[in-house]
Amino acid sequence: MNSERTILAGFGGQGVMLMGQLLTQAGMFEGKEVSFLPSYGPEMRGGTANCGVIIQTEPISSPVVEGNATSEIIMNLPSLLKFEKDLIPGGKLLINSSLIERKASRSDIEVYYIPSSDIANELGNTRVSNMVMLGAFIEVTGAVDSENVFHALEERLGEEKAHLMEINRDAFERGMECARKQRTNG
Amino acid sequence: MAVVFERTKGLRPVSTHYCPGCTHGIIHRLTAEALEELGVLDRAIGVAPVGCSVLAYNYFNCDMQEAAHGRAPAVATGIKRVLPDKFVFTYQGDGDLASIGTAEVVHAAHRGENISIVFVNNAIYGMTGGQMAPTTLAGQRTTTSPLGRDPLHAGYPIRIAEMLAMIPGAAFIERVSVDSPANVRKAKKAIKRAFEIQLEGKGFSLVEVLSTCPTNWGIEPPLALKWLRENMIPYYPLGNFRDKTKEEATDE
Amino acid sequence: MAKILMKGNEAVGEAAIRAGCRFFFGYPITPQSELPEYMSLHLPKVGGVYLQAESEIAAINMVYGAAGCGARVMTGSSSPGIALKQEGISYMAGAELPCVIVNMMRGGPGLGSIQPAQSDYFQSTRGGGDGDYRLLVYAPASVQEMVDYVQIAFDKADKYRNPVLVVGDGVIGQMMEPVEFVSKPAENLPEKDWATTGTGGKREPNIINSLYLDAEKLERHNIHLSKKYSYMQENEQRWEATGLEGAELVIVAYGTTARIARSAMDNLNKKGWKIGLLRPITLWPFPEKGFQLLDETTKHLLVVEMSMGQMIDDVRIVNEGKRKIHFTGRSGGVIPSTSLIEEKILEILERSE
Repeated sequence: MNSERTILAGFGGQGVMLMGQLLTQAGMFEGKEVSFLPSYGPEMRGGTANCGVIIQTEPISSPVVEGNATSEIIMNLPSLLKFEKDLIPGGKLLINSSLIERKASRSDIEVYYIPSSDIANELGNTRVSNMVMLGAFIEVTGAVDSENVFHALEERLGEEKAHLMEINRDAFERGMECARKQRTNG
Repeated sequence: MAVVFERTKGLRPVSTHYCPGCTHGIIHRLTAEALEELGVLDRAIGVAPVGCSVLAYNYFNCDMQEAAHGRAPAVATGIKRVLPDKFVFTYQGDGDLASIGTAEVVHAAHRGENISIVFVNNAIYGMTGGQMAPTTLAGQRTTTSPLGRDPLHAGYPIRIAEMLAMIPGAAFIERVSVDSPANVRKAKKAIKRAFEIQLEGKGFSLVEVLSTCPTNWGIEPPLALKWLRENMIPYYPLGNFRDKTKEEATDE
Repeated sequence: MAKILMKGNEAVGEAAIRAGCRFFFGYPITPQSELPEYMSLHLPKVGGVYLQAESEIAAINMVYGAAGCGARVMTGSSSPGIALKQEGISYMAGAELPCVIVNMMRGGPGLGSIQPAQSDYFQSTRGGGDGDYRLLVYAPASVQEMVDYVQIAFDKADKYRNPVLVVGDGVIGQMMEPVEFVSKPAENLPEKDWATTGTGGKREPNIINSLYLDAEKLERHNIHLSKKYSYMQENEQRWEATGLEGAELVIVAYGTTARIARSAMDNLNKKGWKIGLLRPITLWPFPEKGFQLLDETTKHLLVVEMSMGQMIDDVRIVNEGKRKIHFTGRSGGVIPSTSLIEEKILEILERSE
């Protein structure tokens, strides 16, 4: 069974939930079974935020991603400490290395260090850091087609914010590129 | 022979359960007459409370809902929001409105809910057998204030009209009494005016009616009227506390 | 119609609007606040009214008033808020008023937590309010099922003149899944000639009421209600059964927990075990007919709940002592893991071998 079970985690405000939703929606566009389960509560208000996304061909039973994640996007240190253990052996871990100096502690997983905040700042908007990570994620997992992510983002931005598409696309592609290099080097 | 008085069509031709000398009967009549005279009986929906007037739904000759204790203003809100063109009123006692239902009435007033409330204050819980009400006067003996209400222990009697008059959404607030023919006439006028306020779409209106409870006060009816005059009116002064239509007229 | 990705709470709102609900009286509480938020934005667009009440108690009493006028009306909350609404729910059952109430359950007792739980099973099925009354209680397990059952809930409420409760939990309220709005309203629902809409001078006054001071009249009313509930017990049981044939053990779980249990079941069956799943969709009436389908091979029932064990009481009742009943679960807002369930199953089956 082809199943991508992803944990996305970081600080509130880093666009973690948006990443998860775009990914889920892109999966839906591809006719796959999808679910998005956010953490909620006080941590939403400025603390840590995380969500679990499942994209697969079979109907989804449990929407909870815990202990069986095939991939993770980790945007801050507390999330790394909390969720690294939830990856299955061989799982893919994407770390925002601009904010997390620490390395992954496991050796049975594939790790990618993406300086997403630095790349976003180079592009002129620190807020697209999440799209850098998402680009890197799609590059290494192939969970969904990039164009479907853009399609989902277009829907989210609407006409009012359509002008933001370009920088988001750039960020996404820079993320892909960064991950591609690491994969080649690795 | 000339007819000088007829039962209002606003009341059903049934006898009520009220005790001899209780003034609920008068207040029912005034309310019903106002409904009839304003021509709203066939589009009125009333809400009855919990307390002595719990059976009001059997007496008013219009569609009625029986509410949980104190919740009549919330129930009336639900009705009015569904049927904004219908006439919606509640009839509530002081235990119902001024104790367990204070939140509901205060917020209905704050929302400027376009409903009318007839609030009957007899300073005691009648239906349950004469316990202390939020409106029971200082020193007044009841079955749960056997030595007389001590404000330092049991708090002060609540003045609903004055309190609600401060609320921006309240359009019309008046306190009246039914202790004398002259005051009964004034009470009728106030209830009718409160109802007109709703028909004009001006918002929340409430008339507090001082009433007697000879049974639980332990005073025979004529003396109960006197007791009301001498004890309640000094603490609960009669008069209009709010009339937005007049304020608007002055503003202009 | 294309599927759209929606959060559970918002999907409930959209489903209600499509079911003809035009009035919502609510109060914010985590984890269901997206429902009143959705209603406040979308009800006015269809000529409806969203009103934020001053309290849960006021909200349910506004629902009472609106339902008494014949409107399709809804309120929603989460556990402690639903506890506050019990007064109004009992009055509505007594006065035979239709409405739909949504409870996105969180951990209790008291203020508890805001995390997902199923500890309101007793509250939902035993009646948190006073008197001899029952609610039809649906417990959907996905956002799509939520959508479908909200439509059904409004129809059944009208059909039976009774409040209908739809329970989810924090997970179902907060998660996003693709949904389609395909369900159609039921036909031949009775006319609401009992509603208080003003006599129009054409009929005797209608009275919405739950008071019967004469004991014998109240008893007659209770017998009438009881007959209605018996009819519902006969006709409204719903459940989903998976893998019952030849099963050694059957898991009994509802809502989110049933989905986790399903994963555990699949994992074990792949390893050669024979595990089934019986998922109650109606919590009341409890689907005893579903239990009649259990196979002779089934010696064990494992009840899994996000509580310390509440539905297990109903399983004991319908089981009539035939099979061994076991329990596992997490509470306080902790979601049980598939491994917890798998380990429990293995412990039961390996011990009995």
